Amino acid sequence: MYELFKNLGTWLTSGAQWSGGDGIAHRLAEHLQYSLLATLIAAAIGLPLGLLIGHTGKGAFVAINLASFGRALPTVGLVVLVFLASGLSMWPVYIALVALAVPAIVTNTYAGMTAVDPDVKDAARGQGMRGHQVLRQVELPLALPLIMTGLRLALIQVVATATIAAYVSFGGLGRYVFDGLAQRDLVQVLGGAVLVAVVAVVLDVALAGLQRFLFRHRTA
Amino acid sequence: MIQFDAVHKRFPNGTTAVHDLTLEMPEGGVTVLVGSSGCGKTTTLRMINRMVEPTSGTVRVAGRDVTRQDAAELRRSIGYVIQQAGLFPHRTVLDNIATVPLLLGQGRKRARARAAELLETVGLAPDAAKRYPHQLSGGQQQRVGVARALAADPPVLLMDEPFGAVDPVVRTQLQDELLRLQKELSKTIVFVTHDIDEAVRLGDQIAVFRTGGHLVQCAPPAELLARPADDFVADFLGAERGLKLLSLTSLAEIPQTPAETLRADEAVPPAGTGARWRLVTTAAGAPLGWLDADARHHDGPAGDAPLLPVRALRDTDSLLSALNESIASPGGLVARVTADGAVTGVTSRELIHDHAGAAHVAAGPAPAVTAPAVTGPAERAA
Repeated sequence: MYELFKNLGTWLTSGAQWSGGDGIAHRLAEHLQYSLLATLIAAAIGLPLGLLIGHTGKGAFVAINLASFGRALPTVGLVVLVFLASGLSMWPVYIALVALAVPAIVTNTYAGMTAVDPDVKDAARGQGMRGHQVLRQVELPLALPLIMTGLRLALIQVVATATIAAYVSFGGLGRYVFDGLAQRDLVQVLGGAVLVAVVAVVLDVALAGLQRFLFRHRTA
Repeated sequence: MIQFDAVHKRFPNGTTAVHDLTLEMPEGGVTVLVGSSGCGKTTTLRMINRMVEPTSGTVRVAGRDVTRQDAAELRRSIGYVIQQAGLFPHRTVLDNIATVPLLLGQGRKRARARAAELLETVGLAPDAAKRYPHQLSGGQQQRVGVARALAADPPVLLMDEPFGAVDPVVRTQLQDELLRLQKELSKTIVFVTHDIDEAVRLGDQIAVFRTGGHLVQCAPPAELLARPADDFVADFLGAERGLKLLSLTSLAEIPQTPAETLRADEAVPPAGTGARWRLVTTAAGAPLGWLDADARHHDGPAGDAPLLPVRALRDTDSLLSALNESIASPGGLVARVTADGAVTGVTSRELIHDHAGAAHVAAGPAPAVTAPAVTGPAERAA
């Protein structure tokens, strides 16, 4: 056991392991690129959808069902499915990751919008704000903490799941996990897993800190 | 002026909120809408700024049918204060107040200058400007709500139970301030409450609603209290409506007789040399208390003698407080003072009672019971 951790330590800290095309630095950059791009696409789809449902109050069942759908969706299955349909490309990876992230974003955005005090929305309309002004000046800023929580959750899930890019022969930190498994190199598998976990935790903590800073004036 | 003409409101679920309402709310006056919950008073108010659309009939503000105007623009021209204030929690107090000027396209600088001015108008300290609503007390939040409604200087102000959520002491303060503001600003105010005392204090006219959205009676407070249209209104006004009526009449008209006073540094006179109850005052003439001259348990200066408490009344105080004081005061005399608090004289319990009766007559009791019941001084003089 001790031996394993010692080897893991060496693996993680050796300069050689960090450099080159198969180095940690490069794999990390790939991993972040997949994750951020997928989350960004998911946000572009999920945010407007959540805001629209929340603002109009119509189509709430979409948001609710999407949440259960997202939880039940087998990501690897989806990757394989799209892979069979599209052949070797990044499509399966991005489609799977986006499908994973959209529900978290939509449901949290919708939850944030419905949590806005109806009295405040009523007052906003009563002062003479038009629909889009209520949305931009009142609902959006008040829902923002929950919207950001949704984005954060989505990003963390995506970072943890982006290992599947390696499953369909692309890069990212999943490379170490899948290669290690194939080569029966436990240290490499463990190293990849630890790196993914560390990236997820660091991002989560950093974003939580940012949220706390941005909303330091809020009561709740 | 706001006019309701045969206005009906039926909600999609089939309930009738307002039934065939025809009502005028005069310019520069306070119209209070009262009734128990679900009587349609809030719906009535919200039809004025189109937060609710009438099913049929017309609502006019300054002669113009509200449904023919752009809803957002209409609302910007009408101040709107709601219960719990409904302030924007993510904006500072100053930016909350500046809302409507900003919507009207005034520059940020000008809107904020106007907001700072209003902070003072509603009695808030300038350092409240940079705070957030949750950092204020309920009463302060309500003041911000009023300031926000006044920011664009609208001629009409709608207030939906604005003081319903604050404690009674603060509520009285806020009512006083509203009356003071109204004296300066003369807005056309429509005020919704379920508190009849609040209605009597604030209203120039009071409209009483019954469940189902029926307007039962609309009259000035004194007339309403003296002559409720039916048992429903009478019940709603409560068993003490006679006393509430007295709260509307001031003492100014009621004559006073010279008071037998003693300065605090004067010696207590021998018994039987004057009135039994003497009013002890400071050198400046402010009342300190009642001295029982017959008790003779003291020979020093009057100020050191055991005194019974006095609550002196000004001309602006109500007949109700005079009636109360006439019961509490040991000799049945009510001490009267100037605005500065110096004693001017006393009024007897009997005279106050006579005027209390006359106040009822003046407000006009129901014709059927008028003739035999009247024994006011006005009638006796006639």
